[in-house]
Amino acid sequence: MCQQAVELVTDYLEGALSRRDRRRFEAHLKACPDCAAYLEQIRMTIQLAGQIEPEDLTPEARADLTDLYRRWRSE
Amino acid sequence: MDGELLSRVRTGDEEAFVMLVARYQQPMLRLACSLVSNQAVAEEAVQDTWLGVVRGIEQFEGRSSFKTWLFRILVNRARSAGAREPSEPSIDTLRAVDPTRFDAQGQWADPLDRWAEESEDRLDAATWVPILKAALDELPPRQRQVVMLRDVEGFASDEACAVLGISTGNQRILLHRGRSRLREILDAEMEKS
Repeated sequence: MCQQAVELVTDYLEGALSRRDRRRFEAHLKACPDCAAYLEQIRMTIQLAGQIEPEDLTPEARADLTDLYRRWRSE
Repeated sequence: MDGELLSRVRTGDEEAFVMLVARYQQPMLRLACSLVSNQAVAEEAVQDTWLGVVRGIEQFEGRSSFKTWLFRILVNRARSAGAREPSEPSIDTLRAVDPTRFDAQGQWADPLDRWAEESEDRLDAATWVPILKAALDELPPRQRQVVMLRDVEGFASDEACAVLGISTGNQRILLHRGRSRLREILDAEMEKS
């Protein structure tokens, strides 16, 4: 059951489970602290991914792109 | 917002163009690196994309979001630049969790580690974001692309599908495998610390 449940986590979070499957999945989570913990781990993983910041443009990259833009404007 | 920057770009506002580029450059580079064989080709694909943007911006009708349009161009450029060797893992590694973690009845053999105390339901970003970034690089390219678009860049499911040219179902499978693998890597790091 747990081994199957972990395979459903993404479908669950995407809202892609049928109503019946979602209810069964949620019932299992209530009964199984480890699967509930697993879902939390997946959520935290997603949260961390969302916190990845883009690095700043290097001055070179900035200069290249400004160049590009100016060339286009003068076409 | 993109809309305002775009209007300014159209009227010749150079600063607005640079701001637009700054907003998307790194995510584009990350995605391009997962699509092509090396960094130089990736950078070229990104440059080409911006060129395509400045040339096509008059025609951009805003039917899709600018972001989706931008990344769709990038994916097309990168794909024509030369695809990376696919390195999908074998069938056995496609389970979300290592099968040895379960007993004969399919239940957890050992209790799961709790990553954070109840009181602090978030992980310390300074420590764990770099680890996750490194883990992202270890994913097979197609899984990395989906996770990047969905979880890192916050694209909606239909936007990610439109950018990558894949079905919803396909996207979900890749997302599932990618997230599972990331969780597994984080879990291993947790155990060490």
